[in-house]
Amino acid sequence: MSRKLIFELSLEGKKGYSLPQLDIDDRAIEELIPGKLLRDRDANLPEVSEPEVVRHYTSLSRLNHGVDVGFYPLGSCTMKYNPKINEDVSRLEGFSKVHPYQPDETIQGSLRLLYELNKILCEITGMDGVTLQPAAGSHGELTGMMIIKAYHKNRGDEGRDKILIPDSAHGTNPSSAAMAGFQVVEIPSNDRGSVDVEALKDMVGKDTAGLMLTNPNTLGLFEEDIIEIAQIVHDAGGLLYYDGANANAIMGITRPGDMGFDIVHLNLHKTFSTPHGGGGPGAGPVGVVTELVPYLPSPLIQFDGQKYYLDYDRPLSIGRIKSFFGNFGVALKAYAYILTMGPEGLREVAETAVLNANYVMEKLKSYYDISYDRICMHEFVLSAQRQKKEDVSAMDISKRLIDFGFHPPTTYFPLIVKEALMIEPTETESRETLDEFIEAMIQIAKEAEEEPDKVQNAPHKSPIGRLDETKAARKPKLRWQPEE
Amino acid sequence: MKVLEDLKYAKGHEWVRVEGNKAYIGITDFAQDELGDIVYIELPEVGAHVEVDDIIGSIESVKAAADVYSPVSGEIVEVNEELETSPELVNEDPYDAWIAVVEMTDSGELDNLMDAEEYEKFCEEEA
Repeated sequence: MSRKLIFELSLEGKKGYSLPQLDIDDRAIEELIPGKLLRDRDANLPEVSEPEVVRHYTSLSRLNHGVDVGFYPLGSCTMKYNPKINEDVSRLEGFSKVHPYQPDETIQGSLRLLYELNKILCEITGMDGVTLQPAAGSHGELTGMMIIKAYHKNRGDEGRDKILIPDSAHGTNPSSAAMAGFQVVEIPSNDRGSVDVEALKDMVGKDTAGLMLTNPNTLGLFEEDIIEIAQIVHDAGGLLYYDGANANAIMGITRPGDMGFDIVHLNLHKTFSTPHGGGGPGAGPVGVVTELVPYLPSPLIQFDGQKYYLDYDRPLSIGRIKSFFGNFGVALKAYAYILTMGPEGLREVAETAVLNANYVMEKLKSYYDISYDRICMHEFVLSAQRQKKEDVSAMDISKRLIDFGFHPPTTYFPLIVKEALMIEPTETESRETLDEFIEAMIQIAKEAEEEPDKVQNAPHKSPIGRLDETKAARKPKLRWQPEE
Repeated sequence: MKVLEDLKYAKGHEWVRVEGNKAYIGITDFAQDELGDIVYIELPEVGAHVEVDDIIGSIESVKAAADVYSPVSGEIVEVNEELETSPELVNEDPYDAWIAVVEMTDSGELDNLMDAEEYEKFCEEEA
């Protein structure tokens, strides 16, 4: 197969189109568009025929790994299967052909769907109001941080400039807090992989704006002290933010609202089965308790008993954080998923996700190290420190898994585990698939002892071998450039 | 793992080389090995005042990002600008590739740091 870029396939004069005869007067482009908006060099688009274009991109697409192709145990990302009924629903013309600038009375069905999804997400999280605007989890986090800021400011409580975040947190947490203008303070984990409550007690104070927590945390462990943690933060005058990245573990079983959280984001593209790879798009709805509803982004979708409408009259709102209604198509797919599953189905999702993770962990734990030997939730973290002694790293193991047709787990995260391999099977995998993965992992552990170079030099079966990630980071080539 | 005799070491895996009142600060061989291939180093501002354990830089590798903490208090008087374009120097020779120089305000703080032997033990426990 040709490995050329589309630009390298280009030959001058080749065409993949023919335009109809112009039926108006031909005018120079300079007459129509101001000169400063025109490019001074040719765009240099590739000149190729239609079959060449189709073959080129179809070939590339066949090199992709996705959840429709194979197992994708990428920890913290919940790469579950995306049911195709979601796609059918999102293509219904009543939804797909509306425009957000239409008058409200002509899009009542779409508004009702968003309104109902809000209510469902409130019920699932134990919150009182939801915005569907954020386009991703981290966008939800930023929204949550802005709400915390607005809340304290409105109360005249100006000195609260610190957000507490555990050392096991997703990197987006400190980023979002810093982006919103907070200082980040790192809370240490204890030897059970949970928030060190005693340390937390010493860290809270009049400068505490809030705490961000993922529960279960990134080690796949449930924060058992959450009620006490919530109490400590609330007593100090701070708010609790729930990072919903791991909501797949608790859905239908417990709720952030019941644990004492004030603000929650969910990732519809993780927990609620909307497409995730290739940039999504995603959606990171944010739910809040009653006291914080006035600060949610505007507009909010309301129902006056007769019709659904957009409420802009919300003086305390942090304002708009995304155009129109967020990623409507994603909300639509999540809604379809929730109705398909029903309350019992959603609970079963969490139960099976947790069962699958524990099954794989139990089968692998005599071959790899485990830092915290506890029953895990929907994911778990292996450490390749044993293999590292044979000079086989977590990265080598991840690369070798590609040869078996599996997407590698999340590697070198969370940072508090050395040689970390974070594995999240999700509920949509069969026992047979899990067994195949387990067998591959056991074989790799054996190879690490007996023929380490086989693992160190993997992958062997992929279209190209090991990429030089260091060089890619140090001397990146970000786009094709013509030879001068 | 290489540990040099004539240096002082901090728990954050920084080393200090003392020249008069100046402290040259870098990260240890253990630290660079843990981080893996370094791809970016953020240096402090010359003239900034730092206290012990203040962040004086951050290091990004292919697998992680880590902060560099100052083992001593004082003023940043020099930074190793070469690392901005050649961060790999820290991987190649961590004890030569210093990150910043601090003009110390209290050289007594050096007594709180580890010597080579203590640091070697400390690393064994960490691993």
